[in-house]
Amino acid sequence: MSDKREMIKIEKLNKKFGDLHVLKDVDMVVKENDVVVLIGASGSGKSTLLRCLNFLEIKNDGKIIIEEKEINPKSDNLNKVRERVGMVFQHFNLFPHKTVLENVIEAPTMVKGMNKAKAIQEGKELLDKVGLADKANVYPSKLSGGQKQRVAIARALAMKPDIMLFDEPTSALDPELVGEVLSTMKQLAKEGMTMVVVTHEMGFAKEVADWVFYMHDGRIVEVGHPQDLFNNPKEKRTQDFLSSIL
Amino acid sequence: MPSFSHFFQTFIESYPVFFKGMLLTLQVTAVSILIAIFIGLFFALLKISKVKVLEVIANFYIYIVRGTPLIVQIFIFYFGLSEMNISGFWSATLALAFHNGAYIAEIFRGTIQSIDKGQMEAGRSLGMTTALTMRRIILPQAFRRALPPLGNQFIIGLKDSSLAAFIGMYELFNVATTAGSNNFDSMTYLLIVAVYYLILVFLLTAVVSVMENKLSASD
Ligand SMILES: Nc1ncnc2c1ncn2[C@@H]1O[C@H](COP(=O)(O)OP(=O)(O)OP(=O)(O)O)[C@@H](O)[C@H]1O
Ligand SMILES: [Mg+2]
Repeated sequence: MSDKREMIKIEKLNKKFGDLHVLKDVDMVVKENDVVVLIGASGSGKSTLLRCLNFLEIKNDGKIIIEEKEINPKSDNLNKVRERVGMVFQHFNLFPHKTVLENVIEAPTMVKGMNKAKAIQEGKELLDKVGLADKANVYPSKLSGGQKQRVAIARALAMKPDIMLFDEPTSALDPELVGEVLSTMKQLAKEGMTMVVVTHEMGFAKEVADWVFYMHDGRIVEVGHPQDLFNNPKEKRTQDFLSSIL
Repeated sequence: MPSFSHFFQTFIESYPVFFKGMLLTLQVTAVSILIAIFIGLFFALLKISKVKVLEVIANFYIYIVRGTPLIVQIFIFYFGLSEMNISGFWSATLALAFHNGAYIAEIFRGTIQSIDKGQMEAGRSLGMTTALTMRRIILPQAFRRALPPLGNQFIIGLKDSSLAAFIGMYELFNVATTAGSNNFDSMTYLLIVAVYYLILVFLLTAVVSVMENKLSASD
């Protein structure tokens, strides 16, 4: 297991918004096929960390190594990096003026220059995979939240990323719609996708995660396998956090 | 006030010359609005560019347009451009485009900024460049939201084209005042021209609402 490729490695990552020091010396390694779940209180920096990984936010300091190559935001083409690192947002961010299928084929055709017929074929396969083949030609406004999020997952997958980031993908959903999104994500994990997931769904973390990272105030305070971290948290702050949410 | 039968008879009789004036009004309006849309989009993008110089340039342009009367702008274009042998038609059209462009820039700036910033992030997260996301994702949505205020601006542009009469364009308003003074019957001709403008505004409103319906398929 230790010989698996390091898909993401960050060293001493620091991020500030003005005077606000949001990420403090964060280290993290995510290996191929791993599912990492990030937990922590609101404002602890989980989204910021995720967003630094695909350079929606630019770090102030530290190293970000994606698939064994350090990325320099000033000299590397970040669009190329983002093609390999897909992201799913809390509020879906589907393109409302495009149909479901158009949402999915937009980036492959416009960014990779994929032939449209091929993109449509692959797009339909992806929609089938997330259980929405019959919704290909409707607009996002006609979908439920759970369906929207599954389209967003298909849209990200259409770029054939090596890594997928999820920022609270079920937090905006009605409780009865959470399951369908989580099972899509579980399926993805089973297929070997490398995933970093910010979530409050502890059940998902226990069942799917290889590693759980607990963040507090901009630092990774504790890392462990889910059964260890949830059952025997070593740090006081992790214990307090877990007892506050369970 | 002229009697209705006199008004109606004059309306029918004067139809050929008003029709010509109407065509010129429509040309000036349509071409100037089309150019104004491009000018407006250009300056809207400068305003949101977050590049200080470009913002200052855009603000300066808008300040000039807002701070001076349209009739002054038209005459400046007319005298300035006639030195370069540019026709009255193009002087009026470009002046109106310059003028409407500033208002349209503000309309586009507002609707572009009203698009949720998650849209840009989603595009970027898929590997799309900022420019591509702007063109494919943000602008189509912003344009749709801009349609009602744009329609309003088109109507203003149509009515303002009457000022082209003052640099000798024989458009609707000029037709009316000329015919009115030739026939010592200004009131009748002014009422007639008012009806022409009302009809044109009505048609323009209809066209804009058809476009709105077409673009609302995704709602
Ligand atoms: N663009 C920004 N500008 C300024 N401050 C920001 C920005 N984005 C985040 N912050 C601040 O950084 C801190 C960490 O925010 P972040 O969104 O990463 O937290 P989080 O752990 O994801 O919280 P939540 O669970 O509420 O989503 C917060 O104090 C937040 O207010
Ligand atoms: Mg967050």
